[in-house]
Amino acid sequence: MSTYPLLSLAIWIPIFAGLLILATGGDRNAPLARMLSLAGAIAGFVVTIPLWTGFDVASGGMQFVELSTWIPRFNINYHLGVDGISMLFVILNAFITIIVVAAGWEVIQNKVAQYNAAFLIMSGLMNGIFTSLDGMLFYVFFEASLIPLYLIIGVWGGPNRVYAAFKFFLYTLFGSLLFLIALMYLFINSGGSFSILEWHKLPITLNAQIWIFLAFMIAFAVKVPMWPVHTWLPDAHVEAPTGGSIVLAAIALKLGAYGFLRFSLPIAPDASHELSGLVVALSLIAVVYIGFVALVQADMKKLVAYSSIAHMGFVTLGFFMFSAMGIEGALVQMVSHGFVSGAMFFCIGVMYDRVHSRQIADYGGVVNTMPKFAAFFMLFSMANAGLPATSGFVGEFMVILGAVKFNFWVAFAAASSLIIGAAYTLWMYKRVIFGDVANEHVAELSDINKREFLILGVLALCTLWMGLYPQPFTEVMHASVNDLLRHVAISKIQ
Amino acid sequence: MEMQKLYLLVPLAPLFGAMIAGLFCRVIPRWVAHTATILGVAVAFACSVLIFQDVLAGNTYNGPVYTWLTSGDYKFEVGFLIDTLTATMMLVVTFVSLMVHIYTIGYMHEDPGYNRFFSYISLFTFSMLMLVMANNFMQLFFGWEAVGLVSYLLIGFWYTRPTAIFANMKAFLVNRVGDFGFILGIGLVLAHFGSLDYAAVFAKAPTLADATINIWGAADWSLMTVTCICLFIGAMGKSAQVPLHVWLPDSMEGPTPISALIHAATMVTAGIFMVSRMSPLFELSTTALSFVIVIGAITALFMGFLGIIQNDIKRVVAYSTLSQLGYMTVALGASAYSVAIFHLMTHAFFKALLFLAAGSVIIGMHHDQDIRNMGGLRKYMPITWITSLIGSLALIGTPFLSGFYSKDSIIEAVALSHIPGSGFAYFAVLAGVFVTAFYSFRMYFLVFHGEERFGKADDAHHHEHDGDHDDEETSHDHHHGLAPGQKPHETPWVVWLPLVLLAIPSMVVGYFAIEPMLFGDYFKGVIFVDHEAHPAMEHLVGHFHGAAAMGVHAFTTAPFILALAGVVLSWFFYMKRPDIPAAIQRRFSAIHTLFENKYYFDKINEFVFAGGARVIGKALWRGGDVAVIDGIVVNGSAKVVGWIASIVRFFQTGYVYHYAFTMIIGLFVLMTLWINRA
Repeated sequence: MSTYPLLSLAIWIPIFAGLLILATGGDRNAPLARMLSLAGAIAGFVVTIPLWTGFDVASGGMQFVELSTWIPRFNINYHLGVDGISMLFVILNAFITIIVVAAGWEVIQNKVAQYNAAFLIMSGLMNGIFTSLDGMLFYVFFEASLIPLYLIIGVWGGPNRVYAAFKFFLYTLFGSLLFLIALMYLFINSGGSFSILEWHKLPITLNAQIWIFLAFMIAFAVKVPMWPVHTWLPDAHVEAPTGGSIVLAAIALKLGAYGFLRFSLPIAPDASHELSGLVVALSLIAVVYIGFVALVQADMKKLVAYSSIAHMGFVTLGFFMFSAMGIEGALVQMVSHGFVSGAMFFCIGVMYDRVHSRQIADYGGVVNTMPKFAAFFMLFSMANAGLPATSGFVGEFMVILGAVKFNFWVAFAAASSLIIGAAYTLWMYKRVIFGDVANEHVAELSDINKREFLILGVLALCTLWMGLYPQPFTEVMHASVNDLLRHVAISKIQ
Repeated sequence: MEMQKLYLLVPLAPLFGAMIAGLFCRVIPRWVAHTATILGVAVAFACSVLIFQDVLAGNTYNGPVYTWLTSGDYKFEVGFLIDTLTATMMLVVTFVSLMVHIYTIGYMHEDPGYNRFFSYISLFTFSMLMLVMANNFMQLFFGWEAVGLVSYLLIGFWYTRPTAIFANMKAFLVNRVGDFGFILGIGLVLAHFGSLDYAAVFAKAPTLADATINIWGAADWSLMTVTCICLFIGAMGKSAQVPLHVWLPDSMEGPTPISALIHAATMVTAGIFMVSRMSPLFELSTTALSFVIVIGAITALFMGFLGIIQNDIKRVVAYSTLSQLGYMTVALGASAYSVAIFHLMTHAFFKALLFLAAGSVIIGMHHDQDIRNMGGLRKYMPITWITSLIGSLALIGTPFLSGFYSKDSIIEAVALSHIPGSGFAYFAVLAGVFVTAFYSFRMYFLVFHGEERFGKADDAHHHEHDGDHDDEETSHDHHHGLAPGQKPHETPWVVWLPLVLLAIPSMVVGYFAIEPMLFGDYFKGVIFVDHEAHPAMEHLVGHFHGAAAMGVHAFTTAPFILALAGVVLSWFFYMKRPDIPAAIQRRFSAIHTLFENKYYFDKINEFVFAGGARVIGKALWRGGDVAVIDGIVVNGSAKVVGWIASIVRFFQTGYVYHYAFTMIIGLFVLMTLWINRA
């Protein structure tokens, strides 16, 4: 195992790189800013690789732990560590940062340094969220990560960006305030500790657990987002620049889901069992209701945004079936969704850069002018519809199969996404890509360039790899998921 | 060479060919694409022959290739099960695929998507082989969806045609409805058997024969019945059984070679293969088998009727395929799994032959597909004519040809079956014989005999088709047809050679294969039949006295007389008195309208399901998301905050003495409360 503080590096390399990029100043130095961003993103990714290669799959506990005092007066520590649940997300996050920097390479010409810096800082902050083992540290990262994304939408976004940015910010802030109250309660009741791992062991009455669970749930449900607190997401996606949408879908949505596993389930296990019916019901509404809503969207980004919500429904459903298949399937779904939805938003961005429209009706017959692009888009559309051999299949398959054991009708509702998911994805694909050239904009399209080809190619390889051989991904989860399940099975009421 | 490596080579060789032709389709010349893919499939075929011989020698195999995923107590592996059922399917798939690959060189040679097409059909061969070689449900599902994907890509191969891109989406979605049932069935298997491995599941099946699950209300359901019906719903999608058959006729929008390979010979029979593979489960539920036999019987008879009124040459063959798939399903329901596989095999040969012959006719007619514009083609296309005749005779069950042995065995097996629904099924398959003979020879006579109706001065290009599936304005490949005075011509050897090579097994394979496949030990230990509960197969053995005797005996049986009647009647109607069918059509216009609208399945689906989904989506979006959540809750609370703020603003006067006064009052109130509390 490495002696370097890998997790600190994973957090601070992107953040310092971001600050350095800001120092390059205005758009005169844009090429330098781009190169620095790419270097920072790659360096940030490289330091996360040993997390996987050096990971001890037999251990369910925290690894690569770093602990030092931060604010001794309130017993707040700089306490980092990863287990099988969080490790993959640190790597995914670092990986997606490279994609995002590459995705904005030629497209962003305005405030280049600030744009890239926002993404790198955001990446570091999100690594902080995934690795924090101190409640207050987590909260600081959790809140701080809102700011870059708020700026990305608000500054580089579309015409209605201010409404979207405010909606996004207020929605999530509202959730986090309840989260803070729950943290305070736990701090006081644990005798003045902010250690998340200590809180896992803390006995709490059922009544208190239910309140804590609900406070957590509102905070995380907004982030996931779960129905009915999801309406910020389509607006945010529509207004966000391509890179913003990729980060939002690929990483930011995972924060809420991760919170359920790190906080809700282990800290309030009895309440989790008690209220699992509520979460399962909301998840199924997300899968079915949102699927139908996605079907009728006229804006491609909105359609994919709604499909993200439906896919995240599988994640929360998987968590609350309390089985290894369910939780691991949900985690696989989260990673896969990072690749697939990231790629889907990138594909839409590729078209938007050329035609400056996201309306399905403005396209038609794109395959005639962009055959290479159409092939990639087909692959990711199929992955979005959960076709076997793509990563999109694995998580859904595991969650549906786990659900049959949990309750047949839950599985029945979840499996309906096989039909609805295919319907909205393929219908969009048909209208945008197939057919005769619809208008002169489509006739003038140029196929993807080398940079776009490279980005799509890398994402395609990830999607296929995870679909054909998911074992390496789930292998690292087993010990931690089993520990979690054992922990959740034991009542905390004394 | 080790056999395991050979097993691996069978699917990987076509995959490799597909990757060469597909990934480099824009840079490599055409000959590289077709050489690479044909070589891949030829290797797969050669290996399949070797494996087949090895299996006949008694060497079966069941083992993993790699661990796909582990989770909890479950382990999912990619692996192969090689037994007689697999080996038979491998032979059929690779042989028909090879023929279609060769044929494609001729059929697609003008098409700009030549390399892409070869890539797709090789990818299909890979997927289909993964499906039949699977030793577990997960891999089965992978192959199942992968063939669906390639079918989707190929139906929409001519992606500028609106009908094609509608048909391919429809095919995918209808198949997904089937897969919805299928995955629930797989989920039930995993939940109750604890594994997705065939061997483990089948070994455990008898112990769960009486298990029940609570699904709905107070009544408990038999686990086997629910599981088998869920699995069969998957088969209904893939093998196009009523009511999930609607995608298959539309799939004719794809190029003809794939209609032969995918939508006749191989992919659509995946459901038949799957149920046969699951025979240890289906045998435990007579209820499920009854469901199977009734669905199959409905498909066999009612889809045959629709074949009678089609005028598009490919659609006649397509409805014939639907009807024959119904026959196979009926055989499954009668517990005659081996007969179903037998018919699957003979059907693969003669139906691929009929489709490829239809394609040859289409080339000869310069892409006019309307049989009303043909006639007398036998003079111009002799090889196509003879091979078509062989295919048609095999299809209608002429004694000694392959279709006869398989179809007659199905009819016999159904006659001997006593499960609920078998009476109706027997009537349906018997009546179906007449219908099959009638529509097959209607097409045959109209195409190859009688008056030459092609090349007429009246506009052959823009005649009205029946139904809603033609749109000649937008199609690039449809609206040719022969110019006035132009004659059809025989097709090049790459096209007719596969016809000849398929005609041979269409004639003889039944005669040689019936005894070992149906009555020998060929499927021993592979297909399981509970002879106590479903004795049809056991009785069938008693009736069999050799293939030759069966052929001779047939001349005196009802199926032969019905088939003969069908042929004679179609000759009389379409060769002698063409005024009679027209009169019947006028006299019974209500029935004709019903047939013409394909029993209104498409219209109902379009209105209820497609329309309904859009209405629900709009209602949930406009009503739920936009009006209630955003309109009332989110923006509403923002308005409330604004309203409160506007009131509170009055208190923020900016005068220090106002604030000081308020503070004193507040302090006073708080102190009063505090004091009174004690």
